[in-house]
Amino acid sequence: MKYIPSIGIECHVQLNTHTKLFAAVGNDARNAEPNTLISPICLGLPGTLPVLNQAAVDKAARFAFAVNSRPEKHSIFERKHYFYPDLPKGYQITQLSQPIVKGGHVEIDPPAGGGGQTKIVRLNRVQLEEDAGKNTHPDGKDYSLVDLNRAGTPLLEIVSEPDIESAEQAKAYVRELYLLVRYSDVGDADLYHGNMRFDVNVSVSKDPNKLGTRTETKNLNSFKSVEKAVEYEIKRQTELLENGKKIVQETRGWDDAKQKTFAQRGKEEAHDYRYMPEPDIPPVELSEDYIKDVEASMPVLPRQWRERLESLKLNPDHIETLLEAEVEDERFSYLPLIEESIKDKEHAKFLANYFVNIEIPMRRGGKVDEDLKDAVRAEIYAEVYELLKSGKLSSTSAKSLLTSLLGQAAKPENIEKFAQEQGYIQVSDEGEIAKIVEEVLGENPQAAADVKAGELKAIGFLVGQVMKKSLGKANPELAQRLIKKQLDI
Amino acid sequence: MSQWGSVSSLVKDVQTRKRTAKELVQQSLKTIKVNEDYKAIIATTEERALKRADEIDRQIAQGEDAGRLAGVPFIAKDNFLAFGADTTAASNILKGFDTPYQATAIERLEAEGAICVAKANLDAFAHGSSTENSDFFATHNPHDKTRVPGGSSGGSAAAVVLDMAPFALGTDTGGSIRLPAAFCGAVGYKPTYGLVSRYGVIAMASSTDVIGPLTRSVEDAALVLDVMAGKDEFDSTTIERGKEGYTDLAGNLKGKKIGLIKEYFDGLDEDVKKVIDAATIKLKKAGAEVVEVSMPSLPLALAVYYIICPAEVSSNLSRYDGQRFGFSAKDVKDIDESYKKSRSQGFGSEAKRRIMIGAYVLSSGYYDAYYKRAQTVRTKLINEFKEAFSNVDFLLGPTAPSTAFKIGQNTDDPLKMYLTDIMTVAVNLVGVPAISVPAGEISGLPVGLQLIAPQKKDRELLEMADKTEELLK
Repeated sequence: MKYIPSIGIECHVQLNTHTKLFAAVGNDARNAEPNTLISPICLGLPGTLPVLNQAAVDKAARFAFAVNSRPEKHSIFERKHYFYPDLPKGYQITQLSQPIVKGGHVEIDPPAGGGGQTKIVRLNRVQLEEDAGKNTHPDGKDYSLVDLNRAGTPLLEIVSEPDIESAEQAKAYVRELYLLVRYSDVGDADLYHGNMRFDVNVSVSKDPNKLGTRTETKNLNSFKSVEKAVEYEIKRQTELLENGKKIVQETRGWDDAKQKTFAQRGKEEAHDYRYMPEPDIPPVELSEDYIKDVEASMPVLPRQWRERLESLKLNPDHIETLLEAEVEDERFSYLPLIEESIKDKEHAKFLANYFVNIEIPMRRGGKVDEDLKDAVRAEIYAEVYELLKSGKLSSTSAKSLLTSLLGQAAKPENIEKFAQEQGYIQVSDEGEIAKIVEEVLGENPQAAADVKAGELKAIGFLVGQVMKKSLGKANPELAQRLIKKQLDI
Repeated sequence: MSQWGSVSSLVKDVQTRKRTAKELVQQSLKTIKVNEDYKAIIATTEERALKRADEIDRQIAQGEDAGRLAGVPFIAKDNFLAFGADTTAASNILKGFDTPYQATAIERLEAEGAICVAKANLDAFAHGSSTENSDFFATHNPHDKTRVPGGSSGGSAAAVVLDMAPFALGTDTGGSIRLPAAFCGAVGYKPTYGLVSRYGVIAMASSTDVIGPLTRSVEDAALVLDVMAGKDEFDSTTIERGKEGYTDLAGNLKGKKIGLIKEYFDGLDEDVKKVIDAATIKLKKAGAEVVEVSMPSLPLALAVYYIICPAEVSSNLSRYDGQRFGFSAKDVKDIDESYKKSRSQGFGSEAKRRIMIGAYVLSSGYYDAYYKRAQTVRTKLINEFKEAFSNVDFLLGPTAPSTAFKIGQNTDDPLKMYLTDIMTVAVNLVGVPAISVPAGEISGLPVGLQLIAPQKKDRELLEMADKTEELLK
């Protein structure tokens, strides 16, 4: 009998509020010198008190809707005590008994092309809490350095139920969380800077109704490491059990270089955090009106985009690429442009196709002009589409034309004229193409013979040769017709 | 008779240039010096105080508005963060802490022209009822040097009674303003929880800490409260000030219904009882209706307080870890040793005792049995007070079960020391306002009368206390 893995994931997301959770101090520490984003409150100086940042509550409330839940009308903060140099007050202000979001779920789609059903991962809770600072230990020195820029940054801790059953699902789950965070504009989710971190709880059991002993692998900071750490733990635990050994409940770390988890701290070394209600912060009370307003302000979420684009029957990978690209750079949007033209399916598909294959890779490479406005892009695509539809552009030259247009902020007054001048317009002059066809047939007698013998597959090769010789400008349909004509078939 | 007169008359003198702010500050500093051996003061802020006095005098000379407390010197308990001297909370672990910001209460007083001249002694971190727990030295009672001034705001109460300044600031977590006021013969006002910002005051037990004045009269207390009271963006537990403010006290004793707290009179010291009874008779004669009120859970208040308070203390004192400010132990090999040694050497025994009790009642497995149960009883107390106030306007009782005791008398028995707070702690757990006014003396030692009002009825309480004070003069 097989061991069934059960995986629960805790995710910490830094909120992209302007200021910290309890102090009016800048929150984006990515490019700040150490200890420049601090105040008496962040330092935990005597006499200081936390004042809750309403913007963080707003973000948490938004996220509740992103994960199919609603914010709680009444929630409280609590203190979690431990001593560590990056924790100035000696306690972290967090939520335990009455978090701001209870329940909810995240839907993850089956892997592309793999069939299967949408997976529901239930959430236990989403809570607001403050981040700690950062300790660094300079090599060969007998001291450590503490940077408190991050101390007090608002975090959402998203705790799932152990509903995830594989490493692949774990990866899909954290990726979906990433999208939800970005779409609801809760955080920047800049994984490189540790804006989003994951702890994975893994256990395996033969009994589907009973969880095995779990381990918690902490501080993973990429989708890949989540996948790999889960995969490693499932394998490690299964092997231990198959060899008659026991799983030790413990906290483990992830060694990215060795692609292995390693033991850090046993259960008996676990802290007693001596939680208590935070007396300095009154309970958070949200009115029904407030909650309704937040709900009404929610943007279109990834799952809704997937539904909206369903009728286009796009390649699922393309949809995912578009979903990711949409939130990579706020200057460029894709999905709303596609949706605007969804009545003209061919046009919408054209957009999706050219976004995925041309513009998004270009933009990721920094080659799309940053000043190009969405409205101008929409016009460019509309005109290029017309030229393509009318046969004036081949798909190859449409790509080249777009590449050239997207690289400059100013749109040429007349795109067709521009395309003409730049030599992108398709040659539909029969005489000119007939000449090229003649040459190609002469150079490829075997292929010509094959086509004549009824092997029509070879005709594609010949059309390709014509396109190549015409530098992509030949109208391929015309080329095919002329090949057939010249070969008398 | 005081050398100062009322705060409002002083302000008038300064504003009409009859006296200068500088003269007042110098007079205050001189009185502090003369009474040095009472050890009420940890440090003066002389240099800064004189500079501020010059500034106030300049403003007045130029016809500017120097504020409602223009030129009035005051003394702050040394757990208020204030410029001009270190803020120590009378603890070794904070010795040498030079604050980069000031408490909201200090800022508001300064904005109205008041001048902080000194920092008063206290039980370290306000843990105590006698000011003997100061890590530096004990303060003496102005009426009898062999006795304690009460605590933890003992330095502030003694300073006011010794005429060192027209008023002083204290903090009251379980009675720390009212008790020393009673022991020293001052007026001590504990406002409704949240009426005065706690920002910049070293926290003891956050859910019961309040800030208030120690004065020579109810009128002075009301004026100082009026300047400090109201919402503060840096303390989210603060509440709006009352619409009518707290000055120009009027009111009438006639028809007021006062409840004598039965539980506070059961087994009370006969002499204290006599003083309170005499005061009660005067109140009745003045037209107040006096009835007996019982709150059955009241005897549990002390036990509840000594669970909740240490729990919050243990948490609030976590930040004193020797890493960023204050005392840090030398010769340590790693961070754990630094924590242990800094805290072992930096904290006094009462702070350690409360940290241990607090950590214990919050630890897993004990939380429900202690902390949670204590909170349940606290809620019960709140309801019993509400119930009592549905029948009476004010509650009345003694502030303390005895007069000031001898220095050293209770130091070996923490439980006996804790019992000093038996009549004051319930008010803090419930969050209602209370005041201690001098009611008489026993063998030359003052006795305090405590009046308690419903939440946010601070103005009504001050009016009542003002009239009572007049009666008892």
